[in-house]
Amino acid sequence: MEAYISLFVKAVFIENLALSFFLGMCTFIAVSKKISTAMGLGVAVMVVQSITVPANNFVYHALLQEDALSWMGIKGVDLSFLALLSCIGMIAALVQILEMVLDKFFPALYFALGIFLPLITVNCAILGGSLFMIERDYNFGESVTYGVGSGLGWALAITVMAGVREKLKYSDIPAGLQGLGITFITAGLMSLGFMAFSGIQL
Amino acid sequence: MSARDILDSIEPHFTKGGKLEKYYGLYEMVDTFIYTPADVTRGTTHVRDGNDLKRTMTFVVIGTLFCVLMAMYNTGYQANHAMEVMGLVQIDNWRSIIMSVFGYSASNPLSNMVHGALYFLPIYIITLAVGGVWEVLFATVRGHEVNEGFLVSSMLYTLIMPPDMPLWQVALGISFGIVIGKEVFGGTGKNFLNPALTGRAFLYFAYPASISGDSVWVAVDGFTAATPLALAANGGLDAVHAAGYSWVQSFLGFEPGCLGETSTLAILIGAAFLLYTRVASYRIIGGVFAGMVAMSLLFNVIGSDTDPMFSIPWYWHLTMGGFAFGMVYMATDPVSAAMTDTGRWVYGALVGIMTVLIRVVNPAFPEGIMLAILFSNMFAPTIDYFVIQANIRRRMKRHAKV
Repeated sequence: MEAYISLFVKAVFIENLALSFFLGMCTFIAVSKKISTAMGLGVAVMVVQSITVPANNFVYHALLQEDALSWMGIKGVDLSFLALLSCIGMIAALVQILEMVLDKFFPALYFALGIFLPLITVNCAILGGSLFMIERDYNFGESVTYGVGSGLGWALAITVMAGVREKLKYSDIPAGLQGLGITFITAGLMSLGFMAFSGIQL
Repeated sequence: MSARDILDSIEPHFTKGGKLEKYYGLYEMVDTFIYTPADVTRGTTHVRDGNDLKRTMTFVVIGTLFCVLMAMYNTGYQANHAMEVMGLVQIDNWRSIIMSVFGYSASNPLSNMVHGALYFLPIYIITLAVGGVWEVLFATVRGHEVNEGFLVSSMLYTLIMPPDMPLWQVALGISFGIVIGKEVFGGTGKNFLNPALTGRAFLYFAYPASISGDSVWVAVDGFTAATPLALAANGGLDAVHAAGYSWVQSFLGFEPGCLGETSTLAILIGAAFLLYTRVASYRIIGGVFAGMVAMSLLFNVIGSDTDPMFSIPWYWHLTMGGFAFGMVYMATDPVSAAMTDTGRWVYGALVGIMTVLIRVVNPAFPEGIMLAILFSNMFAPTIDYFVIQANIRRRMKRHAKV
């Protein structure tokens, strides 16, 4: 149990996808102008992340890993070079299915998430999460923990980013830095704050 | 002719249409620094107060007075003491010219004071000069005023430097703090991180050798003295006591450390002044203190066989390292802290909790207050957002009932 808690804390803070690995920057910067929208996107990323990472974990262990096909009687086959492709396919397919399910059964949530769900299909934080999972050889339980944790960490980062950007509306930024420029500086300074966690061994 | 008359006579050159219009910022700086400006709030503002930015900022500088005195005294005392331990009778840099008059006795208060001042003043002067150049440059180009916020940033920045910091690094750090931490956002009041801490954090990660470790805290080359905090991180309170530091000594500030952070007593005197004049928010200070006490009690209860930091009691956390300094002068920075009353408690508590968390759990950094405050600065706008949302919801509920 303790290992799972450590992994969770690590995924949320120490190895924050947005502010330690700078993954998912395009949406992180584009959709962080308002806290409410940013939180919507954050929740969407969290949901998708906690579905796709375990799903990819299952596919990897059941089909792609070396000797994974032995349950079918095929020995000595190593399909792990297909991991990248299969992860992308799985994410795209799962997001589409999730979108349809939400549309059908939870229309309110579907409208709340709106454009964010299709946007997430191409979010590198989501793909990054799955690839980290494969690289670090997580088992299924760990992959669930990691999916939820890394999604929460990303959601936290984008919410805080949006808070800072809402505050910066009242600042007086030089013309050349307005918009994207100051957002990059802000993200950099924020990751300086997140350095507080670097070095924690769990 | 008084200075006022001179200033008035040259004013037309600087106002709109004058020859030196571009340098109005400079004129304004000198004028408002010497005289209280006669400007009052214009327009339909309905909150009028005798307090202004100038007074707020000047009070913070006054509030650091005892810290500055203590910074000089302790730095000199530590250096003289180290020389006695090492058996040195002479230092081999430019300071020896002046120090040869006063001698190097740790029991001579005047010698301590002067020796410390010779380390404090160069850092302070460099900070003022380099930071001032950036301030004036931005003010002139961007057409805003140079205000007293800079005096606060430069004073606080100086007080959180190790005494032996290379001066070019001091200049680099304050440049980063002022430009990236403040001026790119439009100057005082527009930034979201504390500029002094941003500069220090930059140095901390760029040049860790000159701002962490055991050999930088006493201003004598080749003398190694761990701060009590570093001792505690390795061996717990036993190691601190073994090195000869008692709690009272740590409270009074006779221990190695950054220039102004060692003396909790001097800091608390400053805190009393800032609280009395209502410049610092008691909610933030209270929040930081409560967060620190709660977190250290929690760690005391959890306990650990391997990590001696778990058992450090809260009153040691208060006096060791920069906690007190950060709590009183850094966390209370009204610009980068939370703005709402409830938000300030939450923000303060976050600072306190994070500080102890980093100190105890993170082996990479012995001190946590700097990164804890930067981390909480980041969260402050979001905390405010949720407090305001909660207020809105409560009012809507109240309204719906009637």
